[in-house]
Amino acid sequence: MDILLQNCRIVDPISGRDDTGMDIEITSGKISAIGKNLKSKAPLKNLNGAVVAPGFFDMHVHLREPGQEYKETIETGTRAAASGGFTGLCCMPNTDPPISDPFVVSYIREKAKNNLVDVEICGTMTKGRKGEELAPMQALSDAGIKMISDDGTAVASAEVMRRVFEYGKMFDFLCTEHCEEPTMTKGTCMHEGKVSTKLGMPGYPSVAEDIIISRDILLAEYVGGVRFHVAHLSTRNAVRLVREAKARGIMVSCEVTPHHFTLTDEAVETHFANAKMNPPLREKEDIEAVIAGLQDGTIDCISTDHAPHAAHEKETDMMSAAFGIIGCETAIGLGLTNLVHTGKLSLSKYIEISSANPRKLMKLPPIQIIEGASANLTIIDLNNEWTFSKQDIHSKSQNTPFIGTKLKGRAIGVINNNQLLWRQ
Amino acid sequence: MTRDLLGIRQLSTDQITDLLKRSDGYFRHLNSTDPFPESDLLKGRTVANLFFENSTRTRTSFELAEKRVGATSVSLSMQTSSVTKGESLIDTVKVINAMKLDCIVVRHSSAGVPILLRKHLPETTRIINAGDGAHEHPTQALLDAATLLEKLGSIYGKKIVIIGDIKHSRVARSNMLLLHKLGARVTMIAPLTLSPAYGAEVFGVNIRHEIGNELQDADAVMALRIQTERQTQSLFPGLIDFRQRYGLTPTRMQNTNSFILHPGPINRSVELDDETADSEKSVIYRQVMRGVAIRMAVLEWLFEN
Repeated sequence: MDILLQNCRIVDPISGRDDTGMDIEITSGKISAIGKNLKSKAPLKNLNGAVVAPGFFDMHVHLREPGQEYKETIETGTRAAASGGFTGLCCMPNTDPPISDPFVVSYIREKAKNNLVDVEICGTMTKGRKGEELAPMQALSDAGIKMISDDGTAVASAEVMRRVFEYGKMFDFLCTEHCEEPTMTKGTCMHEGKVSTKLGMPGYPSVAEDIIISRDILLAEYVGGVRFHVAHLSTRNAVRLVREAKARGIMVSCEVTPHHFTLTDEAVETHFANAKMNPPLREKEDIEAVIAGLQDGTIDCISTDHAPHAAHEKETDMMSAAFGIIGCETAIGLGLTNLVHTGKLSLSKYIEISSANPRKLMKLPPIQIIEGASANLTIIDLNNEWTFSKQDIHSKSQNTPFIGTKLKGRAIGVINNNQLLWRQ
Repeated sequence: MTRDLLGIRQLSTDQITDLLKRSDGYFRHLNSTDPFPESDLLKGRTVANLFFENSTRTRTSFELAEKRVGATSVSLSMQTSSVTKGESLIDTVKVINAMKLDCIVVRHSSAGVPILLRKHLPETTRIINAGDGAHEHPTQALLDAATLLEKLGSIYGKKIVIIGDIKHSRVARSNMLLLHKLGARVTMIAPLTLSPAYGAEVFGVNIRHEIGNELQDADAVMALRIQTERQTQSLFPGLIDFRQRYGLTPTRMQNTNSFILHPGPINRSVELDDETADSEKSVIYRQVMRGVAIRMAVLEWLFEN
């Protein structure tokens, strides 16, 4: 794949670069030249000042394969990710069967090979995500697993979690916990607050999330040297707990989803089950807290928790409906609209938390926009004003509350693995 | 646009007053020893009562109301039907609706189901909410208001106490909304574990956790049914403890002239002692009679024009 990208704004937070009017020549998938007014035999693409950034990485995606191909497949999920502006992702292990053994890992790798999108794979912490016995960590590590999680549920037993940290530490796994105290959230379908009271729906209190974060911070501190990552944190106290733990030198990191910095529990009144997710949408004060956490570095990265579900699993009553929404194709639009254009995050910081930081946590090599490097790029039109519609969805599922949402800024192309995809 | 009764929230004060007034005529017939006059108000109309959650009294009340306004009515107990065969809620309701229904009366354990069905059914099918989760039970609140109106003459400015498991009660929610709209002063009494989060703010009512002197100047007190399963969820220590703190015992009812309401079924010696339930101030059977009249009025209102 050869191309000359003309008139780019190169923003690379690692090197601190932010240069406009640049040309990038790519030859056979590698950056062969960077400069102004380059001459090249490669086909030309004038970007008219669009941002060229290191490829975005989404470390929390449910590809649903194997087992739930009616919701999503590796093919459709990676297409959605690429179309949304991601060149890499990590898929979560709550598949059927779960990613508890190396055969499932090989199956996914086989399906994901030759893809524009790099697919990293998260293994389970415990066998079958049951929270009882440790997953075969040696075999998972040998299969190239870098992150483990029982995502969808927390490891309920503190004793088992301690052993996950102890055993997982030997492989330097990123131990990602879905922080939810199960006895407090049983039978709930939304955040416990004014809206749940108004609607008469059983509520999931913030403290149920905070309790497991506290427990795991203490366990991580006690075990020492283990890398504990909080998946999709959503509460103000969660941000505070992680901030304090980081200040105490504990190796804890965390991520937030675009919907948790965009919507509150009030969205349930209009979007019903398309606003049902786990953790649930919280309150205005929680949005303010997670944005402050992104600003001061408490929150390391933005992940989508892309969770496709078939229409019939969402178009039902709130109690029966499945948790989660698709997110890959709205993530960058929501990030730019709500964080960058509002002045809450600089563009460079936003790119750092979307690209460099998740790769660092996943122990992947950093992406550099330099001559000789493989081209792994996300191309963004910052000022493109658009309304998200069903036609924008490449995922197999359409469960999202953002249809009809006006956004400013979107990915217009991605380049990776000697492949290129432009938004039509 | 056709009308629905999804909740008290969607009704204006005028609509509430209108429904209460309409029900009075039906109530007079019910309260008389003469045979109920035949009506063909809803002749040719078909109403289906879909009860996804168990109910005897509400279902019977709806069935009688439907028959007395001349509708063809059918009741389905959904726990024992296709739902257990894995059919989705929407599919089930759409299939039944395809048998040409004009109205669906729905009860479901999950809050929001009537609103969900409104999105999926043609506008020509009217929907009546017969209770959805802990959300709303509008005909219950209307029948309670009709009873209060009869006994108190007016609702504006009156002090109404609602006591018991407020948190899980759709009866409490619909009543709070309705009484607030009609200008009553509402006080909720419940243990902290059975009080809704931010209830005072959300519903504009007073919330107390003990009875104190609240009954003394009350015009009416409405006791809610306590479900024994709440005990196993650690929401209260037991029925004896509940009666000790919140039971309407003769001692507690001594210093008040308030009327006594209960949506039923009553746990005797828990929410109400026998002396309270059967006292002259108890209007529990009035509520039941008013229930049929209100449901007839609602049906009449839905099919007007």
